[in-house]
Amino acid sequence: MSGLRELYQEVILDHSKAPRNYGKLEAPTGASHGHNPLCGDTVAIYLRIKDGVVEDIRFDGRGCAISMASASMMTEILKGRSVADVKEMFERFHGLVTTGHEACEGGFETADLDKLVVLAGVREFPMRVKCATLAWHTMKAALAGEADEVSTE
Amino acid sequence: MTGASTAARRNVPAFDVEAVRREFPILSTTAHGKKLVFLDSGASAQKSRAVIEAISSVYESRYANIHRGVYQLSQFATEAYEAARVKVQRFIGAGSPSEIVFTKGATEAINLVAATYGVKFLKAGDEIIVSALEHHANIVPWQLLRERNGIVLKVVPVDDTGAFQLDAYERLLSPRTRIVAVTQASNALGIKPPIAAVTRLAHAAGAIVLIDGAQGVVHEPVDVRAMDCDFYVFSGHKLYGPGGIGVLYGKTKLLEAMPPYQGGGDMILSVSFEATEFAPPPARFEAGTPPIADAIGLGAAIDFLNGLDRAAVLAHEEALLAHATAALSAIKGVRLYGTAPDKAAIVSFTLAGVHPHDIGTILDHEGIAVRVGHHCAQPIMDRFGIPGTVRASFGLYNTLDEVDALARGLAKVREIFG
Repeated sequence: MSGLRELYQEVILDHSKAPRNYGKLEAPTGASHGHNPLCGDTVAIYLRIKDGVVEDIRFDGRGCAISMASASMMTEILKGRSVADVKEMFERFHGLVTTGHEACEGGFETADLDKLVVLAGVREFPMRVKCATLAWHTMKAALAGEADEVSTE
Repeated sequence: MTGASTAARRNVPAFDVEAVRREFPILSTTAHGKKLVFLDSGASAQKSRAVIEAISSVYESRYANIHRGVYQLSQFATEAYEAARVKVQRFIGAGSPSEIVFTKGATEAINLVAATYGVKFLKAGDEIIVSALEHHANIVPWQLLRERNGIVLKVVPVDDTGAFQLDAYERLLSPRTRIVAVTQASNALGIKPPIAAVTRLAHAAGAIVLIDGAQGVVHEPVDVRAMDCDFYVFSGHKLYGPGGIGVLYGKTKLLEAMPPYQGGGDMILSVSFEATEFAPPPARFEAGTPPIADAIGLGAAIDFLNGLDRAAVLAHEEALLAHATAALSAIKGVRLYGTAPDKAAIVSFTLAGVHPHDIGTILDHEGIAVRVGHHCAQPIMDRFGIPGTVRASFGLYNTLDEVDALARGLAKVREIFG
């Protein structure tokens, strides 16, 4: 039960029930669709990059609490960040939910990472790691200007 | 409702589920430290000790390749393999063992029919009818045939209860209808189409009928001759048998007219580089060395089922279904899908505000194994406008207490999600 409570913390439930930055973005500079064919979760990420900074980021889609909360939290954390920071954050987040370790040291405020640490609980649920990473992979594709759908498989 | 009272009402002997459970070793294991509550038999059923021991026994004392060796061991294996075919024949009421083709499973059996009968006898514009309830295994092989032959695929709709629309089906039948391929029981919802009427109407229209019995054969006695279907397919692993073995039943005249599925050893009469003469059915469709021990294991699974009172088993499963339907309906926010009356022991549902995958994870921590998602039947999920459901599919070894455990598990989900 402790693992479950860690997975379904209040903050995750809150984000999944009331996702932040939900909806489409007018005139995005990058957008991508992600899909997990195993569970049917879909997410679309819309980005507007200006002068190397994420000016705005929104998402829509449907999926489980983990995937929706992860997408919601990601948009909150990435807004206003430099593209270089976003790429590094991707690596750190990926490390966090797969190995429990941040993949590299970066120049973030500890508070930023703390917000994402709540998702580290998925480590104990191998079948659910992709739920947490779907939005991030899709964001990375949107950043790279890849229009093709991102698949977890 | 209890199993005993149902049995009494139907005048069949009570079914001793605890005695049956003792025959399935895995049911006494745990998951996350909790007693295992296995409610995913529709995906793949657990195996009885008799089946496990039959397979071990083949490898320990009777294993060799079949149909080849002149030595004693090969004869033993051949006899056991062919005896399994006879067991299958009797189990589904086929007229002859030669009408029983061993395949990898129901999926391969349908692919076999599409790739042999379909490719040889169907032309562009010919029509195949399936229902909205089908598993992907009874959709995609026909789509592959459509790409190859230009056939037209038509779909019988269901109503809001999941019931097969017989009147719509009648309207879809046409002089161009060649094959009607319908499930005996939907894997996603449990709904049972009216197979007798489906078959009668198809034959009246000049079409042949394939019944996907993957779920149906598990829950009720099957008589393919009484059904009068032309093809019937099922998988061993859902019938409490081993994986990797399944069955295609086909009427002799159809099987004899069909070209081979794969080429290789064991499916020929003679081979030269100029010409090859194919063996008659069923060998024509069993190229290569088959899963010998698994076929024998399927025979053991059939023996196990035959050793039970199947009417009592069915009554027990109906009691599980009735109890689950009542218990889940009583939970706030639960919506059941597939509420039409004629059903196999499967309940498919959603819980308001909670994604099926989150429910699956929480139930798993209670030791309860359910399937979540689209159940390889996306079209029926789309019909109801949902990405997926939670599905509890019952086997003969499940208990009313396990249904209650599922209901308690859902209360836990509510507790977490508020």
